Amino acid sequence: MISFDFEYFKPKTIQETIHLFHSLVTKKKTPLYYSGGTEIITLGRLNLVYTDAVIDINALPEYHTIRFSEGYLVIGAGVSLTKVEEENPFPLLSKTVSEIADRTARNKISLGGNICGDIFYREAVLPLLISDSLLGIAEIDGLHYYPINKVFNREIQLQKGDFLFNILIDQTYLDLPFVSMKRRQQWNVGYPLVTICALKKDEEVRMAFSGVCPFPFRSVEMEDVFNDKSYSLEDRVRRSLQYLPKPVLNDVEGSSEYRIFVLQHTILDALQKLEGGPNV
Amino acid sequence: MEYIGKSVIRKEAFEKVTGKAKYTNDFQETGTLHAKMLISPYAHANIASIDFSEAWKIPGVKAILGDEPFPLVGEEIKDRSPIAYKRVRYHGEPVAVVVAEDPITAKKAVDAIKVSYESLPVVNSPREAFQENAVLVHENLDRYEKREGVYPVPKTNIANLDKIRKGNMEDGFRESDVVAEFQISFNPSDHAAMETRCSIAEIRADGEVIITTSSQAPFAIKKLMEWYFGIEPGKVIVKTPLVGGAYGGKAAVQLEVIAYLASKAVAGQPVKLFNSREEDMITSPVHIGLDASIKLGATKDGFLKAAEIQFLFDGGAYSDKGVDISRAGAVDCTGPYAIDHIWCDSYCMYTNHPYASAYRGYSHAEVLFAFERTMDVLAEKLNMDPLELRYKNAIRPGDTTPTQVLLSSSTVGNVPKCIERLKELMNWAEGQRMEIDDRKIRAKGISCIWKTSTFDTNATSGVILTFNPDGSINLMSGVVEIGTGTKTVLAQILAERMKMDISKIHVKMLVDTQTTPEHWKTVGSRGTLMGGRAVLNAADEAIRKLKEVASCVLRVPVEELEVADGKVYFLDNPNVFVEIKDIAYGYTFPNGNTIGGQIIASGNYTLTRMTHLDRETGKGKPGPEWAVGAQGIEVELDKRDYTYRIIKAYSVVDIGTVLNEKAARGQVMGAMSMGIAFGGRETFVFDPYGRVLNPQLRTYRPLHYGEQPEYIIEFIETPHIIAPYGARGGGEHGLLGMPAALGNCLSAALGVQLKHLPLIPELLWRAQEGWKDDIV
Amino acid sequence: MSNPITLNINGKKRQITVRPAATLLDTLRLRLGLTGSKPGCLNGDCGACTVLMDGVPMKSCLMLAVEGEGKEITTIEGLINTPIQKAFIEKFAFQCGYCTPGFLMNCHALVYTEPNASDERIKDWLESNICRCTGYREIEEAVISVLNTVKGTH
Ligand code: FES
Ligand code: FES
Repeated sequence: MISFDFEYFKPKTIQETIHLFHSLVTKKKTPLYYSGGTEIITLGRLNLVYTDAVIDINALPEYHTIRFSEGYLVIGAGVSLTKVEEENPFPLLSKTVSEIADRTARNKISLGGNICGDIFYREAVLPLLISDSLLGIAEIDGLHYYPINKVFNREIQLQKGDFLFNILIDQTYLDLPFVSMKRRQQWNVGYPLVTICALKKDEEVRMAFSGVCPFPFRSVEMEDVFNDKSYSLEDRVRRSLQYLPKPVLNDVEGSSEYRIFVLQHTILDALQKLEGGPNV
Repeated sequence: MEYIGKSVIRKEAFEKVTGKAKYTNDFQETGTLHAKMLISPYAHANIASIDFSEAWKIPGVKAILGDEPFPLVGEEIKDRSPIAYKRVRYHGEPVAVVVAEDPITAKKAVDAIKVSYESLPVVNSPREAFQENAVLVHENLDRYEKREGVYPVPKTNIANLDKIRKGNMEDGFRESDVVAEFQISFNPSDHAAMETRCSIAEIRADGEVIITTSSQAPFAIKKLMEWYFGIEPGKVIVKTPLVGGAYGGKAAVQLEVIAYLASKAVAGQPVKLFNSREEDMITSPVHIGLDASIKLGATKDGFLKAAEIQFLFDGGAYSDKGVDISRAGAVDCTGPYAIDHIWCDSYCMYTNHPYASAYRGYSHAEVLFAFERTMDVLAEKLNMDPLELRYKNAIRPGDTTPTQVLLSSSTVGNVPKCIERLKELMNWAEGQRMEIDDRKIRAKGISCIWKTSTFDTNATSGVILTFNPDGSINLMSGVVEIGTGTKTVLAQILAERMKMDISKIHVKMLVDTQTTPEHWKTVGSRGTLMGGRAVLNAADEAIRKLKEVASCVLRVPVEELEVADGKVYFLDNPNVFVEIKDIAYGYTFPNGNTIGGQIIASGNYTLTRMTHLDRETGKGKPGPEWAVGAQGIEVELDKRDYTYRIIKAYSVVDIGTVLNEKAARGQVMGAMSMGIAFGGRETFVFDPYGRVLNPQLRTYRPLHYGEQPEYIIEFIETPHIIAPYGARGGGEHGLLGMPAALGNCLSAALGVQLKHLPLIPELLWRAQEGWKDDIV
Repeated sequence: MSNPITLNINGKKRQITVRPAATLLDTLRLRLGLTGSKPGCLNGDCGACTVLMDGVPMKSCLMLAVEGEGKEITTIEGLINTPIQKAFIEKFAFQCGYCTPGFLMNCHALVYTEPNASDERIKDWLESNICRCTGYREIEEAVISVLNTVKGTH
């Protein structure tokens, strides 16, 4: 039950959407884009999010489609996580999103919503961080594509009024060897202690993390260590930790010491799998 | 026997699969106002100021309650203001309540209330509370009104102390060759019933108070309203529809009182108060925490001689039911073992945590975690098989309990038989711990269980039967249908006794204290014993009345008549009969003369020869019988990262007689599932300021589908002679030994004695890798 | 602030005005009297409020009523004599019944969407709902019994 009131808009084109946003801001409103909407509803109920104008972007053409175009996989940011799983165009992404929340919730949560969310796990971004993906950002003068590392640093960096419209992944990444692992406090449900996505490209391992720090990240320094085969696997894991960003989470799911313990084993498992070659 | 033991489908099944079943919050009468609470973000603080002015400006606000000295409430000690006054003592405590036209307005107004707090130092565990010079949660403990038999200690945090003194401890330890000492602790947690609590109150023009509520204790509410507000019991009418899970959490009385005060503030208009999940988890009473120290003495061949026990229950900020829960813990302070010398101090401690309500098992799962873990520690010291140790000491008819009740085979189930069967089922002979490969270990752990229910000594249950013109019967009992299916079992008992078709028995699901006879409280797995006996008494009266009328009609003496299959017939010639439908509303002769009227029968049952416990020794008879059992768990553990999977969970329960096979299995399995979650995952996480960090189902996670192990459940049947068809209570037993069995299993797997719950991998890692024991 | 909308619920068109901030769950319960869908957490964590949107299970506490326009909404009140309801009764797949409407909606969608669902798939679907009373085995049995009959008729 959300106690504040908001106006509701459902524009039909990107241009209309962005103009609406800016005109609402001029009218001193606090508009929010609404994709899956699950965070607006759950955080709004607790007064942790406020808006007086909701702009539902689900009517935008192409916002819910998955297609291939000119060597790229193009996924609309409005695509639900279950649709990503079912159509399975990018197995690493499917595997990773299939562990987020639960299936019924994933029918509602959109890929873009997870990536741009306030709740800091944002695990759907991990596969994108390691596949040189491009993010299509809807801006006042149209749609622009940016390499992910230019617009995503711990969280999405958007100008006010811009929004994530779609995601492009170079097709050559889609069937690289990968691992996606999620470790939780206990058994099968709950937020991650550690989620790792990794893939191997040109014999180099790339890895991105969630749950370890209060933001998802990919670390080039850590990858350099992982790929330095002059050390044993165990040594590489240990040495990589010095490049871990700070702070390491310490919360109800687990202490920071324990997260690091779990992280080490998870990295080790990931490296072992990838170095064993695609057939293992 | 036609219905006893059969898996009769529950009477309300169709309602429940069609969405038609109504729970309290589903009743939406127009004209009902809505209340919303403002709850404390602090665990301990003075309320420096509170400002309602902005809230009042919101159109639709009808009343704002708070900052007022309401009468104090509490089941045994009146130590709680229903809405905090000047001071808050736990995170989540109600600070103000807004009544408004609709829920949204109420919430808006709550958001507009401004409160400033001055935080106070917190008491964050019962052990801390027990220290000399501890911060006091209640400075004026001596000034509170209380019931007889409660002994709070002024100028301390002790809400009550119950003592068990049996035998002589010096003798006990002198006779012992080996002593094992162990200490355990765990935080409070939650019931997490899927239906959050809800109450609707209204005060009629003539002063009648009508409360509709999701409660396990509608009749107790009437009595408490008299104690709290001086309202005569006849003027309080409590209605309870179906309840969406309770597990003890709805035995406490809280929202009812607030809804009543709210209704009073709006001239008696109906007011509904419905908990959000967050409120249901911390504002309303929770599952009690415990800190326990146990010292066991045994001979070198493994016979228990002495048990010295201290319990510090985390009763939270207010004593309410905590006092009685810690008393129940004292009553069965050991496991089901014959021990001559027992000393136990069971304290209910005040802390700045949410306060406690009953929880499935009423302190037994908690106590058993302490005791049964110590049994394994002792077994290790004795170098003895833990199952063997338990078997040797299993309590038997002729032994006495900690409160010195002499047991017979009727009053205690067969513990040795349960252990024997468990041993076979678990294939215990293959060993307790097996290395599967260099990482995986398979391990097994067990726990014995027992429980009696400590009810008021005059607890009663009543049943009324009324006949319909078609010969069918309406069955009215004060038992609340909380999901256990007890009302269906009562119908089975009635059908069996009346030898009639169960489809002709109509069970009234709604409890209405004005028209339904009292059933003390729907707690402690006693619905079948008490409600069942009342049904049998009522059935006997109905049969007598039917025969009286039939006797006139058939001209056969009453003694020569029998009732069965919808008829009353002459024993010597069944062709001489009258159909019940023709006499249920009196019998009309062909000429119009009528004898008798609608058949109405009633029955009740009061527990027999219960006594209060002696203040100094605890001696006394607290409950009618002890149901017992033996349980086990088997896990597969990864030594490298301490993750594990529960593969199998076992229960062998002596249930007396199985009345409804599938329902009984369902109860045991559901309880096991809860016990596994309590042992393996559920806990409140407190920060250093006593705040609960995880009051949502996203961060406080009950077992989900797919996490359940394989369940192996068997029943032993040692009848409880005075119970209907010999049945014993069984709604809780599946839970009791699960945390202990899991703890024993994982301790065996790791070779470390685990002391805390929940047993998450991080805890195992800390214990094994020697991290400081810093778990709050 | 109120918007007029038309919702197609259990085959009937219902015109109402709602606050745009109203969730579908609140609208069903408070405005349309359909109290079968239950509030258990209002946070997307328990599944008690599950309904079907064009046959797909959705947590009605996680969506706005306005989002329901143009969709076919099915609530527990719209399930009549389905195999899954019968199976729940026969297998004793509920006790207090509070989680049952949500479970039934999800299970109903499951057996029709994935008639060949493996144990893994069943788990993936049913993890979305919490039942505090049962040990889940009864629910599993109910689903499997229906899957077997659905398979049998194909
Ligand atoms: S009420 Fe919607 S998921 Fe719990
Ligand atoms: S039947 Fe009670 S929660 Fe599922």
